[in-house]
Amino acid sequence: MLAFYRRLYPFKSIMNWLNHEHVPTKLYTHREFAFTLQGDVYLRYNSFNTVDDFKKQVCALNPTRFEIGPVYTARPRDKKTIRPGGFIPMQRELVFDIDMTDYDSIRTCCSDAGICKRCWAFIAVAVKVLDSALRDQFGYKHLLWVYSGRRGIHLWISDKEAMELTDDQRRAVVNWIAVITGSKDQHKKVNARPKSRPLPPSLQMALEPLAECFTELILDDQDCFRSEEGCEAFLRLIPDETIVHELRKLWELNPGRSSSQKWDDLKNMIRVLDKGSSRRLAMKAAMEDIILQYTYPRLDAEVSKHRNHLLKAPFCVHPKTGRICVPIDPARIDDFDPEQVPTVRQLLRELDETMAQDSAEGEERHADSERTSLKPYIQMLDKHAMALMDEVRRSKRGADMSW
Amino acid sequence: MFKAKERKGPSTPLKSSSAQVQLHSTEPYPHRLNFYDLPPIFDVTLEEFESAALARLRILAEIESSFVRNRSYDELKAVTKTQCDKYLTLNANSASTCDLQGERRRDHVGHFVLRLAFCRSEELRRRFVKAEMMLFRVRWDSDDTREREAFLSSRDFDWVPVDDKEKEMYKTQLMAVPSNIRPQDLEAHFKKDKYYKVRWTRVPDLVEKRRVFLKGGWAYVPAREQSSMVFQEFQTNLEKALEMTAKALPRLDEDTRLLPILNNLSQGFLAGVPSEWLSSSSSAAEGGGIKAEEVDELARKHFPMCMRNLHESLMRDRHLKHMGRLQYGLFLKVLGLSIDEAITFWRRSFSKITDDKFNKEYRYNIRHSYGLEGRRANYPAKSCQQILMQDQPGPNESHGCPYRHFSEDNLQSALLASYAPHGLTAADLPEIMHTVRAGHYHVACTRVFEITHARSGGVKKGEGVGGGESVTHPNQYAARSRELEKARLEKAESERDAMVVDG
Repeated sequence: MLAFYRRLYPFKSIMNWLNHEHVPTKLYTHREFAFTLQGDVYLRYNSFNTVDDFKKQVCALNPTRFEIGPVYTARPRDKKTIRPGGFIPMQRELVFDIDMTDYDSIRTCCSDAGICKRCWAFIAVAVKVLDSALRDQFGYKHLLWVYSGRRGIHLWISDKEAMELTDDQRRAVVNWIAVITGSKDQHKKVNARPKSRPLPPSLQMALEPLAECFTELILDDQDCFRSEEGCEAFLRLIPDETIVHELRKLWELNPGRSSSQKWDDLKNMIRVLDKGSSRRLAMKAAMEDIILQYTYPRLDAEVSKHRNHLLKAPFCVHPKTGRICVPIDPARIDDFDPEQVPTVRQLLRELDETMAQDSAEGEERHADSERTSLKPYIQMLDKHAMALMDEVRRSKRGADMSW
Repeated sequence: MFKAKERKGPSTPLKSSSAQVQLHSTEPYPHRLNFYDLPPIFDVTLEEFESAALARLRILAEIESSFVRNRSYDELKAVTKTQCDKYLTLNANSASTCDLQGERRRDHVGHFVLRLAFCRSEELRRRFVKAEMMLFRVRWDSDDTREREAFLSSRDFDWVPVDDKEKEMYKTQLMAVPSNIRPQDLEAHFKKDKYYKVRWTRVPDLVEKRRVFLKGGWAYVPAREQSSMVFQEFQTNLEKALEMTAKALPRLDEDTRLLPILNNLSQGFLAGVPSEWLSSSSSAAEGGGIKAEEVDELARKHFPMCMRNLHESLMRDRHLKHMGRLQYGLFLKVLGLSIDEAITFWRRSFSKITDDKFNKEYRYNIRHSYGLEGRRANYPAKSCQQILMQDQPGPNESHGCPYRHFSEDNLQSALLASYAPHGLTAADLPEIMHTVRAGHYHVACTRVFEITHARSGGVKKGEGVGGGESVTHPNQYAARSRELEKARLEKAESERDAMVVDG
C-alpha cells in the first residue's frame, strides 16, 4: 500500500484537478481531506498547502483510503482555532453516487456486493442518461466519472457554477433528476407526472434511449419478469384491474413465458383498447413509468444534497477488492468491465517486472506510473484537469482585457 | 446606531441604483411592496424603533406558528391579513385617505430592526427569512395587479425575455412542462404567455418541481411563474443581506440602549412559537425512565404506525438504516430512554453484529443523538411534519410515515397486523384509506388513534389526542396513549380498592 502511494498515486494530477490552476489556491489549501486508517480510525479536517505536504502526510499515515470534502472559509486544519460560525463550507464539486445495491430489487444476476459485466449494464445506462442530462439541461462541461472500485460509480462536476451551488440548489438538481423514489414498501416508485399527463420534457427525452435498453437489458438479458416474484412486481405496476386479471389468466394457462413475451402480451392487450380513450392513455403512461422504474438512474441522493459530504478520492484503492478507483470515459462506458480494472497488487507486480528489466539503465524513477496499466487512467485525469485549467486561464485573460 | 447602519449601506449596493432614484423622487415609498434594499438612513426615535419591530414580530410569530400547525396557505393568508390589519396596516396607493408614507416607513423600519435582531445565528436567520418570505408573498398576492406591475418595472431583475424565434424552436418542450392548465388550453396559453430566461440557480424551487424547461443551464420560465422568481429573488437578497449584517453586528456592541431591545426581540420570536411539543416532553421523561426491555411492550401498546413499523423492521432484520435509526432513536430518547438504556437497547437489537463493529460504527451515533458527541446539540425528536416532508425513504429504508410512504395494500395489512388487538377492524379501513388518498396523513393517524383507544380509553370520534387535537408528533401520540392507560389503571385500582372496602 505504501509503495503504491509512494510510487504510483498521482498526487500532482489530483491537485491540478481540485485546484483548477498550477499554483495552489484556496480550492486546494482550504480543502478538507479525511483519512481512514487501519482499524477504522477516521481522521477528519486535514488540509495541505502543497502537493508535497499532502504526499508526505499520506505516506506517513498510510491510510486505507481517503476522501475529499468541501472548500471551507478557512483551512480545515485550523478548525479548532476559529469560532464555530466562521468555519463553513463554501465550494464543492457537485457529486453524484450511483450504487448497485439500489438495483438489488430488479437485477437477477447478482446481489449485494457482487457485480458482473451483466449488471454493469445498469450503471452504463444510468451514466449515459445522467451525463447527457447534466450537459444538455444544466450546461455543465467538466464531468469526471470515477469507478468506485466495487459496484458503483461517482460523478464529480467541477464547473464554476456547480462548485458554488448552495445546498438548496443542490437539492433542486437532485429532485429534478431523481425519479425513483419511495421506500421498499411502495411498489410504484415513479411518480413524475400529474395524473397520466405527459412526462416533463426532460424525462421524455431520456425515455427513448431507456426504452431501447429496457428491451435489451430488462426483457432479454436480465429477464426480470420471468420469476414469480418479478412477475408479481410487474403486475402491481399496472393500474388497470381488468388487464391484470386477463394477463394473470393468460400466464396461468401458459406458464414459463419469458419477459419479452409477457411484455408483448401487455402491449397486445393495450392495442385492442380504443385509440384516445382514457384507459389507453393511462396504460400508455403506465408503460412509460414501468420503463423508467426499471432503467432510470437510481441515485444515492443524500450524497449530492450537501456541500459538506465527503466522497472517496479517485485513484484510491477499494479496501475489499483492491481495485483502483479509476476515471471512466462516459463515451466508452459500454466497453468498461469492472473486472478489468487494475488492482493494487497487479500494479506493483507490473512495476517490479519492468524495474527488473531495465535496472541496468534505471534512471527515470519519477515516471513509475507510466510503466504500469494505470497510465491511461492518469492521462484521462490529466486531460480533464487540463480542460479545467484552460477554462480558468481563459476567464482570467477575459478579466484582464477589461482593464 | 445609525452609523452602524450606514456602514451596512455599501453591503447592498447591487440593486441600490434603482432604489436610490426612488428616494430622490417626491415620495420615499412609491410602492406598497418593498425589497428592503436600503436601510433607513433617517432619524428614528427609540420608541419607533421598538414599536415598529414589535408590531412586525407579532405578525412573523403568527406566520411561524401557522407553519407549525400545518395551516394551508389560504388559512395562513387569512390569519396574516387580520394580524396585519391589527398591527401593521399597509394600504394600496389607491387608498387616498390614509397616511401611506407613514405606514410604509413603519414597515421599513420594523424590517430592518428585526434584521439586526435575527442575524445572530443561523437558526434565527433561517426562520426569519422563511417568515419574511411568507409575509412578502401574502402581500404580493393581495396587491393590486397594476401596482404590482409598477413595482416590478421599478426594479431591474435582469430576466432575459425569450424572443419568438427561440420560443418557437422549443415549442414542444415548453408546452410539455407540467402545469395546471387543461390540455386543450395549452396551445392558447403558449401563444399568449411570455417566457423569460434566467440562470436556473435563481429559480431552484421551480427546478425542483420540474415546472420549467432547462437548456444549457438556462431555465425558461413562463410569465405565470413570475411570482416564484420574485420570491426567490427576495429570499436570496435577504439571506445575503442578513449575513452581511451579522458580520457588521459586532461593531454595534458598544451601544447599550439597543442591545437589550434586540435581545428581547430575538427571544420573543423564539417564545412566540409553540416549540413543537418539546417543553412538555421533558416532563413525560421525568415520570420514570424507560428500560430497554420495556420498549417492545410499549411499542405494541402505544406507538404510532411509523414507530411500530420501525420497531418491527428492527426486530425482523436486526438492523435499521441510518435515517431509520435516527427517527426511531430520537423518538425513544424523548419517550424517556436514557443513554445507557438506549445503548443496551440498540446493542441487543443489532444482534447479528459483533461488539467490535457495534462500538465502532453505531455507539458514536447513538451518543451523538443524545448530545454527547460532536457539536453536542440536544436534538429534538422528529415531528410529523419533518417525517412527512424531509428525507423521503429510499429503497430498502423503512423510516418515514407509513400513511404516506406505503402502498395502499401494504398499509392496510400493516395497520391490521399492528392494531387488530386494539380493536381496529377491516371495516374501519375504507374510512382511513379515504383520508390517506386525500393526502391527510395526520388525520388518518389521528383516526387510528381514536379507534384503537375507543375500547380501552373511551376516546370518541373527533376527540383526537385530547381536545380534538390531531396528531402532529409521534411522541405526542405515544404520550397520550400512555396517559390514557395510566388513567385507566388508576381508575381500576381505585375501583378495586373500593370493592375491597365494600367487601
